[in-house]
Amino acid sequence: MVGALLPALHAIQDELGYIPDAAIAQLADALNLSRAEVHGTISFYHDFRTTPPGRHVLRVCRAEACQAMGGDALAAHVQATLGCGFHETGRGEVTLEEVFCLGNCACAPAVMIDGRLHGRVTAARFDELADKELA
Amino acid sequence: MTRVFVPSDAAARSVGADAVAAVLAADPRAQVIRNGSRGLMWLEPMIEVEVAGRRIAYGPVSAADVPGLIAAGMLDEPALPQRPAAHPLRLGPADEIPYLQSQERLTFARCGIIDPLDVTDYERHDGFRGLAAALALSPAEIVERVTRSGLRGRGGAAFPTGVKWKTVLETPAPQKYVVCNADEGDSGTFSDRMLMEGDPFVLVEGMVIAGLAVGATRGFIYLRSEYPDAERMLARAIERATAAGYLGDDIRGSKRAFHLELRRGAGSYVCGEETALLESLEGKRGEVRFRPPVPAVAGLLGAPTVVNNVNTLASVPIILDRGPAYYADLGVGRSRGTVAFQLAGNVKRGGLVEKALGLTVRQLVYDYGGGTASGRPLRAVQIGGPLGAYLPEHELDTPLDYEALAAKNALLGHGGVVVFDDTVDMARMARFAMEFCAIESCGKCTPCRIGSRRGVELVDQLVKDKRAPARSVALLHELCDTMTNASLCALGGMTAYPVESALRHFPEDFGLPR
Repeated sequence: MVGALLPALHAIQDELGYIPDAAIAQLADALNLSRAEVHGTISFYHDFRTTPPGRHVLRVCRAEACQAMGGDALAAHVQATLGCGFHETGRGEVTLEEVFCLGNCACAPAVMIDGRLHGRVTAARFDELADKELA
Repeated sequence: MTRVFVPSDAAARSVGADAVAAVLAADPRAQVIRNGSRGLMWLEPMIEVEVAGRRIAYGPVSAADVPGLIAAGMLDEPALPQRPAAHPLRLGPADEIPYLQSQERLTFARCGIIDPLDVTDYERHDGFRGLAAALALSPAEIVERVTRSGLRGRGGAAFPTGVKWKTVLETPAPQKYVVCNADEGDSGTFSDRMLMEGDPFVLVEGMVIAGLAVGATRGFIYLRSEYPDAERMLARAIERATAAGYLGDDIRGSKRAFHLELRRGAGSYVCGEETALLESLEGKRGEVRFRPPVPAVAGLLGAPTVVNNVNTLASVPIILDRGPAYYADLGVGRSRGTVAFQLAGNVKRGGLVEKALGLTVRQLVYDYGGGTASGRPLRAVQIGGPLGAYLPEHELDTPLDYEALAAKNALLGHGGVVVFDDTVDMARMARFAMEFCAIESCGKCTPCRIGSRRGVELVDQLVKDKRAPARSVALLHELCDTMTNASLCALGGMTAYPVESALRHFPEDFGLPR
């Protein structure tokens, strides 16, 4: 298989939510790579996590089109609601991440909750979503 | 049964299309079909009811609106076409909505019309005709037709597609590859996503044709992880195209092979740069490669590789089907054909506008977009994603073509146009451009890795010290110059576009005199 490491890392994270340390040696062995190469790949990509996330993963778009529609205010509201910053896990065991573009730029601002995209997210709509999806 | 179309496009789903579909499906008279989006995003979820062969649109529809629409006669209209449903959300025949009617939909001809995963529906709408034409041609003839169409890379770099293909064709190798760059990371762009979700077979068809043209038997789609909906659609489209004999060892009995694999990126913006993408596809850190050699000579695993964006590859079938002149007749100067512009940000009517190159920014932003969503005065428009220049209101008459924008120190990029109203702080946007570059830099070259961090500090310094020391401004220009001329790839090399254009057009935001 061409470039098996990325698909393998995705498969592990899809299953476990993160890449445990123990996986590195096994992957290195199986793919004839050094541990440094596996670690280097994991640490390069924003997607890969080496610690378990909370019960939910919330990604807030921070890119220009969302900024033009009040994305910064939404980001502040979300952080206040969860009581945590980006790359942290806050209230209700929600892991908060920033993302640069979800491809929903004509329905901005956008967020993604556990892989599901939401558009036209005002503070009020976020609160509704949080009640339903992050409870 | 009345056919009712409810988009399964991620943007439509993000504003409630699934709930609308669920309520409609409960009515025994409705047969719900999930189509792609037509790209009228401010009207999403936009549903369409088939009435005597026409499609009557309603939007934006929420699940709560559906009972009212049914009570108004939405589902009775097919039996009684002389009695149109009386409802404020009724938009009339979808293809007569001016926003759509005035477009030149070539690449997006089927998007929003067909069931994206139905091979027969695709064939009925002229699908796979470009492939049929290509199967009757020699590789050199296919390349020649693509060259004559004037098609240029729609991902951003605008390199002539035919020239790239010719290089791969003429580089002998036991194995060659076709790689589709579906790492659409620019803010303000969503045309690749819309196409992959709304008409995935056209991408498959374009890639098979590219394979035939250059002698490649294997292809990869490198899709960004932020697009899970597109991933599901493409995976199923590849399965169905394989089952129908359009992919595999013997394409439609031609004895020619093409195998296609879907790969997921991992949240790195720089992997949209073609050599970083190839590294990532090989399972490594997405670090940009030195060039030469270009990927057309030594790409994936060192083999000659076509790397093209989704929209580029998806434009190939119609060129082969209708002939290169059909495509080349549209456009201006050296900018031939159509581009799928994407109108986003603070705009009343955001969406996808496929038009011949040469439309002005003002026409796009005002005639199509209707001005700002907030109703406040427009202040700036960013064209071409996070590495694109900001244009002020008085430069909006610039035509949207590669050469005209270059003359204004701007670029078309992937065709994204993001609108900002007068509340925008342009020093903040310049800072963001540097910050974004710092976050997404692959780290291989110093001007990008270190320059972007120093750039953030310099903008901060300028804004903090309102006396704006001339030294800081000079330093920022010098830094931009170094990044532009000494970076390995477009990330560091083009971050100066938003920064310099913000400084040039909006100096007052930096505390500088106009």
